[in-house]
Amino acid sequence: MPVAELRGVTKRYGEVQALRGIDLSIERGELLALLGPNGAGKTTAVRILLGLSKPTAGEAMVFGHHPASQEAKLRRGALLQVAKVPETLKVREHIELFSSYYEKPLPIAETIAAAGLGGIENRLFGALSGGQRQRVLFALAICGNPDLLFLDEPTVGLDVESRRTLWAHIRAFVKRGGSVLLTTHYLEEADALAHRVAVIDRGRIAAEGTPAEIKAQTKTSGLEDAFLAIMRESGNAPEEVLQ
Amino acid sequence: MSRVYWMEVKMELRKMTRLRQYSLSTICFPLTFYIFFGLAMAPSFTFGAMSMSKYLLATYGAFGVMGATLYAFGAGVAVERGLGWLEVKRASPMPPGAYLIAKAAVSITFGAVVVTLLFALGAIFGGVRMAAGQWLLLWTALVAGAVPFGAIGLAIGSIAGPNSATGVVNMIYLPMGFLSGLWMPIEVLPKGLQHLAPFLPSYHFGQIALAILGAPAQGSVLLHVEALVGFGLVFAGVAWVAQSREHEKMYG
Repeated sequence: MPVAELRGVTKRYGEVQALRGIDLSIERGELLALLGPNGAGKTTAVRILLGLSKPTAGEAMVFGHHPASQEAKLRRGALLQVAKVPETLKVREHIELFSSYYEKPLPIAETIAAAGLGGIENRLFGALSGGQRQRVLFALAICGNPDLLFLDEPTVGLDVESRRTLWAHIRAFVKRGGSVLLTTHYLEEADALAHRVAVIDRGRIAAEGTPAEIKAQTKTSGLEDAFLAIMRESGNAPEEVLQ
Repeated sequence: MSRVYWMEVKMELRKMTRLRQYSLSTICFPLTFYIFFGLAMAPSFTFGAMSMSKYLLATYGAFGVMGATLYAFGAGVAVERGLGWLEVKRASPMPPGAYLIAKAAVSITFGAVVVTLLFALGAIFGGVRMAAGQWLLLWTALVAGAVPFGAIGLAIGSIAGPNSATGVVNMIYLPMGFLSGLWMPIEVLPKGLQHLAPFLPSYHFGQIALAILGAPAQGSVLLHVEALVGFGLVFAGVAWVAQSREHEKMYG
């Protein structure tokens, strides 16, 4: 049984059709990258799997439960795109608070280590750099010792070094047996981390497979070329894709 | 389970205490006004048979509790809602009530601090004397005002944008305090403005506090309490509708 799945999910916001009948499943122990240009529907798919938004049609399940149920929430963690995190709490306090929401959280020291926050745990959030802030959000996502992680554009706006550091922590989570749904528009990120990639374009899954399979399908050598080939096929001009 | 609520309250208190623009301004604003109007200018003024130091203790107490509550809920919720933090919380297993309980605890705590400091100023420098029971009743009534104003703040926080919310609260809080007779006795205001006051929740709050003091108050206490309950329920409803509509908009 997949740890999370969408079955025939459509989502309409007024006139805008964000998802047009999507089937997607995340298997145990895999990192699935949801890849696509801005506005393709990645965040909508994540929001539905987090129970923050209801599908217009179709069904979403997390561990066989409704995505907004407490059963689902206790077994998953999420790193979302957030413009402002309360700045007057210390790193450790943020982690202590989120840990208290879960039944069997990781020990605080373990969360701090697993997110690479050692040495800055007593700093106020407002005093952190961009990379450190993303690692705190990552810590809040993993502190409950979840089986499944949702990472929505986790490295957007980070420099290369911070991005690589966060990748290492994501890999370590998968190595311990966790499953991950990662959305990204960095092709390099999907190539480096994912077991499987689903390319989403204008609310539909345009291609799905391992990074190697997708490259083979489109007869390209890099995932970036493959991505462009898929977009061209689905009628999306490359200029639009690359913005 | 109760540990979660306690943790949420504890962290919210730390967060808001360290946020100087909240903790300092909610405490210093009403204290400064009271020192100026209630103490420095007071010796020459009485209202009815009551010294202004005593009269204004009730109204600036109400003003202080309103401020602590409207900023905690109005500005606090608007920022966290508008800039994505509330979504992170809602995706987590946090019990939904914990968020509101923590905001209420902050409002009540800061309201209680403001009222206690005002009482100390009034007793020490304003020569205000009352029976212990009366002090206690006034204190309790003032701090309890955090409940209806919490609902009003929540409605503001559920509608206002994250960047404009503090301005919106300023625009509501300051004029509303003035027009309700919390800065100076309502009877001093022009007649036309006095007719406006019963439509403001803060007017009823102030009148309840004045009635406890035995100051010249208008109308019956029961009616004022009913009016506050009514305002609280209406705005709680507004907040609920605004929040449930919001969950279904947003982007792709």
